[in-house]
Order: sequence, then C-alpha cells, then structure tokens
Amino acid sequence: MFKLRRYLAGHYAECVLAPLFKMLEALLQLLVPLVMAQVIDVGIATRDAGYVLAHGALLVGMGVLAWVVAVTAQFFCSRLAAAFGTAMRDDLFRHVLSLSREDVERLGRASLVTRLTNDSQQVQDGLNMFFRLILRSPFVTFGTVIAAFIVDGVEGAVLLVAVLVAGALVLGFMRVTASRYRDIQRGLDEVQLGVSENLEGVRVLRAFRREDAERAAFAQTARTVRDRQVTTGDISALVNPLTYVTVNCGLVALLWFGGAQVNVGGLTQGQLVALVSYVSQALVELLKLTNLIVLLAKASACAKRINEVFETEPTLADGTLDAAPEQGAPALAFDDVSFSYPGAAGDALSHVSFALAPGATLGVIGGTGSGKSTLASLALRFYDVTGGEVKVGGHDVRDLTRHTLRRQVSLVEQGATLFSGTIASNLRWGDPHASEKDLEAAVATAQATGVVAGKEGGLDAQVEQFGRNFSGGQRQRLTIARTLARRPRVLILDDASSALDFATDAALRRAIARDCADMAVVTISQRVTAVRHADQILVLDGGQQVGLGTHEELLAGCPVYREICESQLTAEEVER
Amino acid sequence: MSEKNLRSGSATSETVRRVLALFSDRRGSLVSAAVLTVAVVVGTLALPVLSGRAVDCVVGVGQVDFVGLGRSLAWIALTLGATAVCQWALTAVTNRLAFGAALTLRGRAFDHLQELPLSYIDSHGHGDLAARIVTDADMLTNGLLMAFQQLPVGVLTIVVTLVFMFALNPAIAAVVALLTPISIFTARFIATHSAKHFSGQTRLRGELTAYVEEMVGGISAIETFDMADAVHERFARTDAALGEESFKAVFFSSLVNPTTRFANALVYAAIGIFGAFVAMGGGITVGGLSAFLGYADQYAKPFNDISGVATELQNSVACARRLFALLDVPPEEPDAPGAVVLAEPRGEVDLDHVAFGYDPRRPVLTDVDLRVRPGMRVALVGETGCGKTTLINLIMRFYDVDGGAVRVDGHDVRDLTRASLRAGWGMVLQDTWVRRATVRENVSMGRPDATLEEVRAACREAYADDFIMRLPQGYDTVLDGSASLSAGQRQLLCIARVMLARPAMLILDEATSNIDTRTELLVQRALARLMEGRTSFVVAHRLSTVRDADVICVVADGRIAESGTHDELLAAGGRYKRIYEAQFAPTE
Repeated sequence: MFKLRRYLAGHYAECVLAPLFKMLEALLQLLVPLVMAQVIDVGIATRDAGYVLAHGALLVGMGVLAWVVAVTAQFFCSRLAAAFGTAMRDDLFRHVLSLSREDVERLGRASLVTRLTNDSQQVQDGLNMFFRLILRSPFVTFGTVIAAFIVDGVEGAVLLVAVLVAGALVLGFMRVTASRYRDIQRGLDEVQLGVSENLEGVRVLRAFRREDAERAAFAQTARTVRDRQVTTGDISALVNPLTYVTVNCGLVALLWFGGAQVNVGGLTQGQLVALVSYVSQALVELLKLTNLIVLLAKASACAKRINEVFETEPTLADGTLDAAPEQGAPALAFDDVSFSYPGAAGDALSHVSFALAPGATLGVIGGTGSGKSTLASLALRFYDVTGGEVKVGGHDVRDLTRHTLRRQVSLVEQGATLFSGTIASNLRWGDPHASEKDLEAAVATAQATGVVAGKEGGLDAQVEQFGRNFSGGQRQRLTIARTLARRPRVLILDDASSALDFATDAALRRAIARDCADMAVVTISQRVTAVRHADQILVLDGGQQVGLGTHEELLAGCPVYREICESQLTAEEVER
Repeated sequence: MSEKNLRSGSATSETVRRVLALFSDRRGSLVSAAVLTVAVVVGTLALPVLSGRAVDCVVGVGQVDFVGLGRSLAWIALTLGATAVCQWALTAVTNRLAFGAALTLRGRAFDHLQELPLSYIDSHGHGDLAARIVTDADMLTNGLLMAFQQLPVGVLTIVVTLVFMFALNPAIAAVVALLTPISIFTARFIATHSAKHFSGQTRLRGELTAYVEEMVGGISAIETFDMADAVHERFARTDAALGEESFKAVFFSSLVNPTTRFANALVYAAIGIFGAFVAMGGGITVGGLSAFLGYADQYAKPFNDISGVATELQNSVACARRLFALLDVPPEEPDAPGAVVLAEPRGEVDLDHVAFGYDPRRPVLTDVDLRVRPGMRVALVGETGCGKTTLINLIMRFYDVDGGAVRVDGHDVRDLTRASLRAGWGMVLQDTWVRRATVRENVSMGRPDATLEEVRAACREAYADDFIMRLPQGYDTVLDGSASLSAGQRQLLCIARVMLARPAMLILDEATSNIDTRTELLVQRALARLMEGRTSFVVAHRLSTVRDADVICVVADGRIAESGTHDELLAAGGRYKRIYEAQFAPTE
C-alpha cells in the first residue's frame, strides 16, 4: 500500500493537517473530564452556581470547537481519499492501456476491471480511515498509558503490558487473515468470470440446455466464496473479544495491585477510579485501532493486486523518429523477418521477405496457425521481430514513434470491436478531425452506407456497448470504414470480411481498389477469391514463406497454393 | 419499470422487507443472535458496575477488604470470559447469516439469468448485470453485517443504559432522554443528504465499470489506432466526476460522527450542570453523579455507531434494489402448459409466413415462407443484415415470432418444450464461444457424460484432435488467456461439440468462415457426413457450401426472394446470379 503513496503528491498539506485536526479533537475530548472534575471538586464543594454555569459554558464551547475541528479534519480526509482514488485509477487505467494483449489476457480482463473499480475503491476507503484514525487512536491509547504512569509507575506498567499484548494480538491476526482476504477476492473474481462467461455464451449454453449445469457450477463457485468468508470471518472475529479480554485482564491486575497500593497508602481511592476510567478509554480506542488495522489489511490486499498490474511493464520502448517516408522506398517491407512469441518454443514466422510499393496490393494466404496475423502484428509493431527488419516507408519500425507508425499503417482485425457512442464517434477513432463528408466517403467504400442509413440518426445513431446493437457483418463494415477514415499509407485487412456475404465482400474489394488506389493494401485471408487479384500473393505454411508471386505464377509453381485453390474452387473457377 | 421505482420512498421499505424475507427460514440463527446480543450488552454494561464494587472494597489505607476485592475480581474475570465468548459467537452466527444471504441472492440472480429472455440479455450491458451479482451482493453483505452486529448492540446499549440511569436518578435521566432526539435527528438529516451522493457514486462507478470493461475488451483496437490518450481522457472525465461525487458522499456521511459527538458533548454538559445543581440540593451524591457521567459516556457512543450504520445501510439498500430489479425482470415465457416433448424429430421444418422485428416498429422479417422436408440441406444467402441470423434466433426459439409460426414436425415451436426443441438442433455460430475450462469439458458441453474416447472420436471427425494433442496437457488443457486458441481452432472445437452431440437437425451460421482452408475440405466432408439425413440450415458465405445445398434461399426485403438449387437459380438469372457473379467479377 505504501508503494501507492505517490498518488498523494500535491496533497501533503492535507496529509499532515487531517490527522493533526483529528488529534486536536481527541485532545479536547480528553480534557472534558478534567473540566468536569473541577465542577465537582470546586463548584459543588463550594456551592458556587456561577462557577458551575461558567464551566458548563466552557464545556459547550469545547464541544463547538471540537465539532469545527473535526469537520475540518473530515473535509481534508475525504478530499484526500477522493483525490488519491481518482489519481490512482487514472494512472492504473493508463497503465492497463499500455499493456500488451498477452499481459491483459494473463492478468484476466474481468480481474482488471475488478482491480480498477472495486479494489481501488477499497484502497481509497482504507486510506480515508487511515488518515482519520492514524494519529487519533494511538494518541488516545498511549495518552491513557502515559497518564497512568503519571499516577503510578506499577499501574502504568500493567496498562502498558495489556495494551502491547492486545496490539501484538491484533497484528498477529492481521498477518493470518491477509492472505485469506486475498483468497476471498480471488473467489469473487471467479464469481465475476462465471457470470460474464454465462452471459457471453448464452446462446450455446441454452442450445445445449446447460442451464441446470450452469446453475450448479455457479452455486459451487459462490459457495466456495461464502465458505471462505465464513472461515476467515470466524478467525478475524476472535480479534475483538481477545483484545477486550486482554485489556480487561489488565483492569483486574490493576485493581488487585491498586488495592494493595491503597492499603499501604501508595494510592488514593480517587486515583484508582481515574485509572479505571483510563482503562475503558484505552480499550475503546484500541478497538477502533483494531478495526482500522483490519480495514487496512483488506485495503492492502487490494493494493497488492493493484501493484501487480503496475509491476507488469509494457515491453516495447517507443521509437523517437518522426520522419516522412523516404522517396521511392517501399510502403512496407519485410526483410528476412523471423519472430517467436515470448516463451514459445518455435518461430511463429521465419525468414519472411517481401516489399510492397506504395499503391500496390499484397495478398497473404495460409492455413490456421500459418503466421498470417503475426505478420500484421509485426507491421504495426505490437511485437518486435526476433530476426530481420520490418520497414515502413524506408524506416525500421523500431525507430519510428508509435504515433508516426500507426498513422501510416493501419489494421482491420477479424474480431470487430465497436464502442458505445455514436457511429460517427466510432469512425472518428480513425481520424478525430475527419469531416462528415470524409466519414460518409469511408462508409461508402466500406459498403456500410446501408447500415448507417438503416439506423435512426444516420451517422449520429447510437452504438451500444461492444456494438451489441449491430450484427457481426454490420460491425465488420463499420470497423473497416473506421480504418479507411484514417487514410493510412498501408492498409492491412486481416480476415476483415469474414462475416460478410460474398456479394458484399466482392463489392468491398472493388470499392477499395477504386477508392484507395494510393494505399498499399495487404489482404490477409483464407479465401483464394480475396487474394487472387493482388499484385503479389504471399503463401505461408506453418510460419514459413512457401511462395510469393501472382495467382498464375503460384498455381504453376507453388503446390501449397494450388492445393488451397483446389479445396475452394471448381477446376473451371481455378483457371478463370 | 422497476428502474423507475428506484427513487420512491416506499421502494426502500419494500427492498428492506424483501431482504428480511431472506431470513424467514433462519429463525433459529436470528433468535440465537438476539440472545447473544443481549448477553454481550449486559455483560459489557455490567463490567463498570462490577469494577465499581471492586473499588468500593478499596476505601483507604488499612481499609481494604481483600476477600471482597478477590470475589469482585473473580466475578469480573467470569463476566469477561462469558462476554468474550458471546461476542465471538455473535459475530460467527451473524457472519453466516449475512454471507448466506449473499449466497442465496447470488444464486437466485444467476438462476434467473438462465431464464431471462435473450432480448433482455442482448440489450443490457453484461458488465452491469455482472456487477449486480458480484459487487452489489457484496455491498449488501457489508450492510447486513452492520445491521446484525453494530445496530442491535448499539440500540440495546442505549436502552439498557437508560434503564440504569432512570434507576439512579429519574430527573437527570429525563434530561438525557429529552436531549436524545437531537442526536437522532441530526444523524437522520445528514444521512438523507449523503444518500443522494452515495447513489450518485454508485451510478458513476457503474458507468466507469462499463467503460473500463468495454475498453479492456477492445484493447486491440485501442492499440491499432493509437487511441490510448483519447480513451484515457474520457476515462479521466468520468473518473473525476466519480472522485467528486465520492468526496461529497464520504464527506457528508462523515459529518455524522462529529455531529453526534457534539450532541453528546451537549448532553454531557447538561448532565454536568443540571447534576451539579441537583447535587448542591443534595438530590444526588458526587459518586452518583460521576457514575451518571460515566454512563452518559457509555450511552453516547452507540449513537455514533448507529448513525454510521445508517449511512452504510443506505448504500446497501441502493445495491439491494439494483439486485432485486434484476430479479424482477420477467423471465422467458415458460413452456406452454401441456407442451409437447419433441422426441426423435424427423426434421420437418415449416416456416409459415414468419414475421419478426427486434423492435416491433422495424420488422426484420415480414413474410418468410418455407417448407423443409426431413433431411434437406438449406443454404441461406443474402446481403449482410437481411435477417439470416434472425431466422436462426427464431428457429431455436431464442426469440418468438411476431406473426406466422415456426413448426418442427408439424408442432408450432411454442407448443414444444424449449429443452426438447433445442435438443433437436445442433448449432455452430459465427461467434465461437469457448469457456475457461478444459478442452474436454468444452467439447462435451452437449453431452457431459461422454467418455474421453467419444470426445476424441468427435474431435477426430472435426479434425481438431491433432492440434488438441499438441496442447500442453492435451484434452485436459485449460483454455484461458495463457493457452488461447486461434479463431480457426476455436471453430473446430465448436464443430466437435456438435459432432459429439449428434443432433437431428443442424444450424451452421457462417460456421466455416474461420477455418483453415487446407483442412476445410476435410471439415466440409465431415460436416457433409454429419448433415447426411439431417435437416440442415446453413448461413453460408462460401460457394462450396451453397453448391451442395438441396435448396438455396435468397433472403431479401424480409422474405425469401428466390429459392432453388444452384443450377436452377443460375439459369433463372435473378438475384442469385447477380450475387454469384459479383463474387467472380474482376476487381480491376
């Protein structure tokens, strides 16, 4: 939790003032019995009505002051905690955005969401309580111990031992329960995953009539969480009674030794009464401290989960070059490129070379796992090559800034993601400054004019979360339009029309050839029809480059390509 | 409907009533909690009396009654032990009640999800639905714990202390009792004010959660478009609003403690001054007065706890309400009474002038009329968005038709049990769905009792066995982030699922679009074998699929515009011919 202190920057004054004001309030509270003692010892003894009233007024005045001080402290605390929470969430989200897809999957999407929302809230709440009680509770606890020492050394020692033992108990329990709270949190992540999966797979699950099995599985997950909560609850429920017993054992010892002291004249009865009241005050504050520590333990478990995200470093360093493409250089070139995923045994791509001139087209074809999508990832530098060089406009992609590179090279992936907002706001992901006309042109090329026209409000039609109110094919065309609106120099379509029927697909290809003549277009597909008219076709098989040439050249010289063609087209169509 | 009720006050008591109803079968636990609460309070309040007695045994030098002191201390020790045990037991019992209630509600909500119509699930944020089951249930637990633990102990402490005080001196006790409402009213006043901000905080947190979920889901698009800054900026805006609302909620609610403490200070001063005058008149001893002040202190503390609980409870009630709102969504219309079980269907499917629209004002299908004989292979083609997928939703009865009827073996699907209807169909959808579970569990979803040999056989037929055997733990590999499959491999798994289930009828929705072209030929052969003798609907984008169909239906303008075989339709020179030719027209 301490690691997150950086989010307090700029609020150091509140960090000091808030606990200080809380302490001030405690001090005022501790003084009240003393004033009352004066009323009893002086006012009542001398039957001085004026004295009593004046001290009554003093008590009320102290009450008012304590209120003002306390409200100020609460103001500082809540502002501090809110500012901390906001800044931390902000930074955490920024960090999540910088992670690679693999890291996001490894940490778990659902879990990342929980960490950003639930965990950060708990840390914020913990911090709020921390600042409220950190000075106040120890101050009152040890204040009473010191007061006891002033009255009598032995009695002070008794109280000190009681408080220390109780404190040690609390800390011991905290250690035991901290890992259990993490287990509970992990269990809740499972519950979250259970619900999300169930919602996502609702059609398949219902088609297979798995409702009852789902119910049973979820009940099991939820029960596990409940069981963990109950067990952990049983353990941490020991803390309060044990502290209570410890401190009051101190009271028993205090009364016994105190009795002996009074018997020999070392102590008066009145002093003993005062000591008794200190014990109960110490207990109350110690219990508060206990609760604070339990809350902090929970918060620190959450803080750990948050730090885990922060400790996942984005791996790629940004380049520094912000240069225009070199004259005459290929728009995109792979020069003997090899790549293997971190931790993977074999290469996902090995020794791939091609050069794509501005305005030229390249088709990439190959089976599942042949490395087609990896090729796209390398062109956009989602990963760094492990051998060779990827060049865009004559520059190594590792030298270019991410911004420069991704302005020039853009990708449409198969999983079409839209975001909640409007159609226009989604299209402007491609180019934030695009005019309505630009957007309409991009929509027309992407064969999505009908999609836009069919929705109420046209470009301003609402898009729901994940674009749920659009069909797969509609989403796919809009994501293509989004990329076209960017007008990149290199356009990569990675199985981007998988959800389109072949008529629309063909119309799309014609429109791109017509409207995007200045773009170098890479079409990655498993369909021969999607790549056969490209200037060059790259054939991949298990990460190896097994062919590069035109349709006719490959038919004649590349057995893998020929095999693919024959699986998809009739003999007559292959030749056509 | 239920969303609207959220605001009104009567909804609060209704929500509380429904929460309480969760404990109707836990009377035993409630009674023991009540008994333990009394024991804890009496034990705690008896302690000052007992230590007072001990002090009475210690009067002065040479005047200490060690026997009496010893006896008093023994009593204290006994009380302490008993109170501590009761305290622990109280927490243990109430923990079980609260966590149990969360479990019950989670279970109910999840069970309810299984019965909700797809129209609801399709049109609501999954993140929001999940948050209700996960976060809101958790918040409710916190509230319940407070309601079971702090609240009754606090209230009882006040009552018992009042009784003790009236026993000591009725006049002074009356002053205390009269001042009590100040504390209560200020606490209530503040609670109602902070409630507004708490629900604002909950709402904004929901908004933020939904946004985060969407962005984490679309992280690849963010990467591609280098949009991290813009996405972050939008997040920061909501985050800042949440921070502001959270600050207000916390600040206003944290006014309760100082304010009740202030009220306490007033009570204390009142007792002090009034008591001093009574004492001057001889109405009470100094010792009695100091006992009073001690009790005033005891009596004041629970007010803090209770008002703290009040704000916390507000928050929990808001969460419970969201959870109940989900439970109140009407479930899918149950199977008709006397619904027929479709046993061993022949596979005769009849679309009788079917009309449907997700939004009734915008029909997707207006008049789809088609008769399919058992064993026929139907290919559905048409422009994207023409309603092919919708047709599948209707055939599987994920949605009900607005007009006309879907019949299987002559039965209107609305007269069949959903379970038996869906058991008749096998389905491979465009969006492949693989859950976090082992490969074997994923494949055997349609037949959980299948042996490993049967699973492997199905996977071999679907040409999935090869890549599965290459996974780290073969069929026992858990599919999640670290062992993710390519889209094509996922598709193969989904086909294997249907292979294993061997249904009477098939629905293939663009099923082959992701498959490795080289193995596709083999998969198509396997599918052809599967489709043998089975009625099949194929939403196809590939010519090879269409060519082998018994009948091709071109869906357009909400109806079947053309139907016939590949050759017939080509010869007819209509829409289908245009589509076919568009596919092979030169792109230059």
